[in-house]
This record gives sequence, C-alpha cells and structure tokens, in this order.
Amino acid sequence: MIEDIELEALINDVYEYYGFDFGSYSRASLKRRVSRVFYLDGFKHFHEFLSKVRTDPEYCKRMIDEITVNVTEMFRDPSFYMTLRKDILPLLGTKPFIRIWHAGCSTGEEVYSMAIMLKELGLLHKSILYATDINAAVLETAKSGIFPLRMIKDYADNYRDSGGQEDFSDYYIANYGYAKFSEDLSEKMVFSQHNLVSDTSFNEFDLILCRNVLIYFDNNLQKRVVNLFDDSLAVLGFLALGTKETIKYSISPTKYKQFEREKIWRKIKE
Amino acid sequence: MEENKRIIKDCKVVIIGGSAGSLQVLLQILPFIENPISFAIVIVVHRKQSDEQTLEALLALKSQVKVIDVEDKVALKPGFIYIAPSNYHLLFEKEKTLSLDTSEKINYSRPTIDVSFESAAEIYGSALVGILLSGSNSDGTIGMKAIQNAGGITVVQNPVSAEMSFMPNNAILHTQPDYVLNTEEILAFIKEINPD
Ligand SMILES: C[S@@+](CC[C@H](N)C(=O)[O-])C[C@H]1O[C@@H](n2cnc3c(N)ncnc32)[C@H](O)[C@@H]1O
Repeated sequence: MIEDIELEALINDVYEYYGFDFGSYSRASLKRRVSRVFYLDGFKHFHEFLSKVRTDPEYCKRMIDEITVNVTEMFRDPSFYMTLRKDILPLLGTKPFIRIWHAGCSTGEEVYSMAIMLKELGLLHKSILYATDINAAVLETAKSGIFPLRMIKDYADNYRDSGGQEDFSDYYIANYGYAKFSEDLSEKMVFSQHNLVSDTSFNEFDLILCRNVLIYFDNNLQKRVVNLFDDSLAVLGFLALGTKETIKYSISPTKYKQFEREKIWRKIKE
Repeated sequence: MEENKRIIKDCKVVIIGGSAGSLQVLLQILPFIENPISFAIVIVVHRKQSDEQTLEALLALKSQVKVIDVEDKVALKPGFIYIAPSNYHLLFEKEKTLSLDTSEKINYSRPTIDVSFESAAEIYGSALVGILLSGSNSDGTIGMKAIQNAGGITVVQNPVSAEMSFMPNNAILHTQPDYVLNTEEILAFIKEINPD
C-alpha cells in the first residue's frame, strides 16, 4: 500500500495540474485504488509515479479512469427496479415529458435497464435520459451499448426478478462474446462527461438516479452533491440512491419524503 | 496456547471474519455477550446476495448487544455490533466511520475478509482484535497478517472445532496467531476484553 502522505501529494498535484479535485473522496477506497494502479503499472517509487502523472496528461487520464470504480450491472437490486416499474415511472408517465438523469452512469447498464422499462410502459418516446460520468472511457462503452455476453444470464434473471415479462433476448444481438443492445433503446439517451465535484446543474429533472457513487465521497461532498441534485430536481420529482446510501445527513428531512422502504425520495417542496 | 495468554485492554474494535460454517459459531457466541461492551464488534462473512437481510435479522433477534444495519459512513462506536452488508466491500475511515465500496469481487467474494481486516488494521493498529472462523477458502490470512503487523491481536478458531477447517488452517499455517481457540473459548476470550 502507498502511504497517506503520498496519496495527499497525488491529490494535490492532480488538482493543481489538471483541476480534478479528489480531496473529498473517501480515503480508504481511494488509497486502495491508487495503490492498485501504482503496482499495476509497474512503478517502484512513488516520486516516479507522481512525476509521470504531472508531466503526462494522457497518463493522468488513464490513472483517473483506473481509480474510479466502474463496476455495474443491469437491473442491479431487482426490488429497486420493481418499485420504479410499478410505482415511480407510472406516476411520471402522467406528465407530457419525462426527464431523467443518471449521474455516475459508468458503462451504462443502468441506463439501458431504464430504457427497457420505459419502452415496456410505453413511455420511452416521451422520455429523455441524460447519462453522465467523470470517466470518459466508460461513457464510450455506454454509448455503444455493447456489454459482455457472459453477464447476460445474470441480467436476464435480474430483469425477470424486477418484474420484466418480455423475452429479454429480444433487446440485443449476440455476437463474438458481446451483446449489442438495440438502437431503439439508445435513441433517447444523451451521454456526456460531468464531474459531480465541480460541475453545476444543467437542467431540471423528474427523476435523478445516483447509485453507488456517493459511497466514494466524504460527508461534506455528499452534502454538496445531494444539494446539486436538489437544485436539479423539479418539485414532486424523485431522487434514487444505492441500497446502502442515504440523504439523511445531507438535506432537511422536511423537504423530501422517502418512498416506502426503498432508497427513493420525493421532493415535496421547493 | 495458554502460555501467551494476556490481558487485552484498550481494544476499540473486534473484527470477526468467517465463511462456510461460521454462522453457527456466531450464533453460539454473539447472543451470549452481555451489554454493555466497551468496544465495537464488526462481522464480515461471505454470504449469498439472496440472504440479504436475514443474517442481520437473526442476530438482532438473538443478541443483547444492538445490531446496526450498516449504511455508508455510519459512525463506528463502542457498544454495538456492525454487520458488513452483502455485495459491498467494507472499509474503515480515519474519521471512525465505515464506508462501502463496490469494486470487483475478490476470489468471487464481496465483502472479503482480507480487505476489511487490512483496512481495520490500518486505522486501529494495536487497538484491534481479529478473529477468523470456519471457512473453505483462503480469505482472511492476508488480513490476519496485516493485523499482526499493525500490532493487533489475532485469534483463529481451532480447526478441529470448525465445520470447515481450511480457512483457519490456512491462517495458522501462514501467520502465527496469538490464540487458537474453540467456540466456547472464543466467547470467554471476548468477555475478558477490556476488564475494568
Ligand atoms: C460503482 S459505479 C456506479 C454505476 C451505477 N450507477 C450502478 O449503481 O451500478 C460509480 C461511478 O461513479 C463515477 N464517478 C466517480 N466520481 C465521480 C464524479 N466526481 N463525478 C461523476 N461521476 C463520478 C465513476 O466513474 C463510476 O463510473
């Protein structure tokens, strides 16, 4: 493992040279991730690693892509998707237009899951799905809609457990170990790079999903990001987090009402 | 290993790891620990994603010490039992909170005992006691080493008393645990931590 002071030196340099601010990330995970790239790329001394990061913007980009945790799934936590399908999306469906933001979308599995449900509910044509991440590389994968075929069986199970009744294999074409998801699904998706630490609100949404991203942030940054979501959410809109995340420490409880026992909160006043 | 028996004081955290066959052991230990305890107990066990809340529910029902449902950045305080949720790695922060991480499974597991033990050792050093129970894989050995190197105390379930002996055996083979104890002895050991 690298040392604490080495990690702080890296955080400082990445901010000073490139403007990416990791100063409010949870240290335990960040330290493991930075150590991982350091050893993976064969460095022996930390100062060599540091000077590589400082002098080589391409390498710095790679490092950032490697330290972010991008593990994701389609229909991760089926009961959560069941609630979206049965309760939340039908409520939003009464509106003329549905705007959804996936913040920290990683390689996009979550976004394609959403599009499948919207399509089945007959709502996709009047929806728009903004999907953002700090990591440019994962956004390229997300745009392509191509996911490893070996994961598809689990995804099909998750889909079914979340209330899906169609033939899941109708949504993709399998080829050489990959599944390419249909362009009908991606038509309404807009992908762009957005940093939750430093970028501002860019639209007003009816539903914001930010799942398993806040766990990488300390309490202060969590608070700032939840307030960014609050600024970006229409009244009566919904905010959805990961199963072990909460807005409890971040925002006045009188403003949001939790939806049953799911990690979904409705904004009840401006 | 009576010869190195000593009084354990200033312990802040007892972290317990286990895999196959460890649930029964936990059920023979945790319900018999009496309130109040002057340290926190953290449990990291391998389990299926499908038994999501059942372990918490079972232990909450049986134990006197309050079981906390771990969410990200929950404060780690003496007097409570914390259980690592399934499908996340459990890490320790300097601010004395627990944080979660969804990075890749290690040897098909998330949480892993090694990851949590290493992280706890970094923050708690000599104020940490690590206990490794029954299991049929090698997880935990690296973590036990980290605890030792940081000055903490290590306890391994006696492989003879373990339903699955591989995990405790592996730890005994590669580290020199301070104690090798059977189930009742582990309970007695925990009860004697931080005498007043
Ligand atoms: C574990 S993934 C979560 C993916 C998906 N939401 C899910 O729950 O399966 C976390 C994502 O957050 C992104 N992320 C980390 N820091 C970020 C930041 N400052 N701004 C935007 N995205 C960030 C990472 O690049 C990564 O893709």
